Amino acid sequence: MFTDWQDRYEHLIELGKDLPLIAPEHKTDDNLVRGCQSRVWLHPEPQNGLIHFTADSDAMITKGIVALLVRVYNNRTPQEILGASTEFIDKIGLREHLSPNRANGLSAMIDQMKRYALADSAKP
Amino acid sequence: MKTAAVKPAFNVDELRAQFPILKELVHGKPLVYFDNAATSQKPRRVIKAESAYYATINANVHRGVHTLSTKATEAQEAAREIVRKHINAKHAHEIIFTSGTTAGINLAAASLGQLLLKKGDEVVISGMEHHSNIVPWQLACERHGATLKVIPITDSGEWDLKQVPFSGKTRILAISHVSNTLGTINPVKKLIAQAKKQGIVTVVDGAQAIAHLNVNVQDLGCDLYAFSGHKAYGPTGIGVLYGRDELLERMPPWQGGGEMIDTVTLIQSTWAKLPFKFEAGTPNIAGIIGLGKAIRWMEDYDKAVMARHEHALLQHATKELLAIDGLRIIGTAKEKVGVISFVIDPSSASGSGVHHYDLGTLLDQQGIAVRTGHHCTQPLMDRFGVSGTTRVSFACFNSMEEVDTMVAALKKAIKMLR
Repeated sequence: MFTDWQDRYEHLIELGKDLPLIAPEHKTDDNLVRGCQSRVWLHPEPQNGLIHFTADSDAMITKGIVALLVRVYNNRTPQEILGASTEFIDKIGLREHLSPNRANGLSAMIDQMKRYALADSAKP
Repeated sequence: MKTAAVKPAFNVDELRAQFPILKELVHGKPLVYFDNAATSQKPRRVIKAESAYYATINANVHRGVHTLSTKATEAQEAAREIVRKHINAKHAHEIIFTSGTTAGINLAAASLGQLLLKKGDEVVISGMEHHSNIVPWQLACERHGATLKVIPITDSGEWDLKQVPFSGKTRILAISHVSNTLGTINPVKKLIAQAKKQGIVTVVDGAQAIAHLNVNVQDLGCDLYAFSGHKAYGPTGIGVLYGRDELLERMPPWQGGGEMIDTVTLIQSTWAKLPFKFEAGTPNIAGIIGLGKAIRWMEDYDKAVMARHEHALLQHATKELLAIDGLRIIGTAKEKVGVISFVIDPSSASGSGVHHYDLGTLLDQQGIAVRTGHHCTQPLMDRFGVSGTTRVSFACFNSMEEVDTMVAALKKAIKMLR
């Protein structure tokens, strides 16, 4: 979609600005995503069978990445979240963020969203 | 009669030509490698030495009666002698091969802990230590009921020598020669002398010193000195723990296994002589040979000459970086190796601060490798009240042009992020 790195990252930074921000009281250790070099908070709220996410990060690129994930996974059923493919990440040239390098947190964020979905779907 | 080797004049282009990796492109741009404090790149001579070992003399050492084993053993022991001479140890058997600095310090902490520490004793470290020179001592203290005491760090990133917490209970001092995060060259000789007067055993983490300073263990007066090969143009997975032989003789073994025993019965075993008592299992023979080559390579080029070049890079980069609005250098000691850690603070003129992760990512997109984060020194980050820094660290093969490329790329990144 983007050929130039500058456009790609500028877009990501812009995306971050539209992220539905987490309420300050939800910026807790429990909502911290482990495994990122920057701090990322992700808060799930079940609403009428869908999961609504809010989030924040202290780094702009990470905030853009989490905003992108929230756009994809927000207001979906737990089953949809668990079954969603991550192909879109390749398509927009963010593959490198999925590497096993511990510094970035994309995989950790997706894992955490899926864990929330799994926990929610297990509720009676 | 051998003629003395003529040292080549320092020429950065000629030096760069010896590092194959410097021809690589990253995101289509020429690689600028400024993460040498994490690991340095390797000259062709070192890469060739490792592969030549496997191609021509690979065999297990010290056991075989066959020719290859003899050759491998000779090559390994020749490397031990190269290391001995390089750090001016008295004996080759004072050179213990380890997998790296971390293993060296773990050996030191486990073995010295068993030998020296009792309930109520104290171990002194400094507030700028790498986690590798903190956690092994915490483990040893926990095991033996001892307490860890810490030398505080000044605002410029140096030891506060007025507040060294030595007491009658101090048994061990474990300190870094050079800070991996700040680049500070610490006055280790002075503190070791002070410790020795009080009968304290001294352990030096030399990981960041070995590529940049002429290390002379007898002159420093330390009991133990640990370093890694991979930060000094050598291979990964190989390191050295130097120990004064009287002390090593008294220290119990750390790991048990082959190579480190004299006799074994099912009831008990007796230990091999030094250094083998501390070298359980088949060593990293190729790594040892590569390390020997890396040291010879540094000697050929002369560390003092390389250090002068690195110092010029440090001065130029420091000046250029400080011209960036909001940029603050963490670690402003007078005596530094080529390491600069910095943060971008909010500024009234330009607005918000910039996170190190964002900077590192956008520098990478421009082909520039720097380190971001806490650099395995979380207590030091806490001391300076930052969550992490961006760190550039130089080696002899870096050029002034690369510094300028990095500074321009940094300005571009900051502009995108503010």
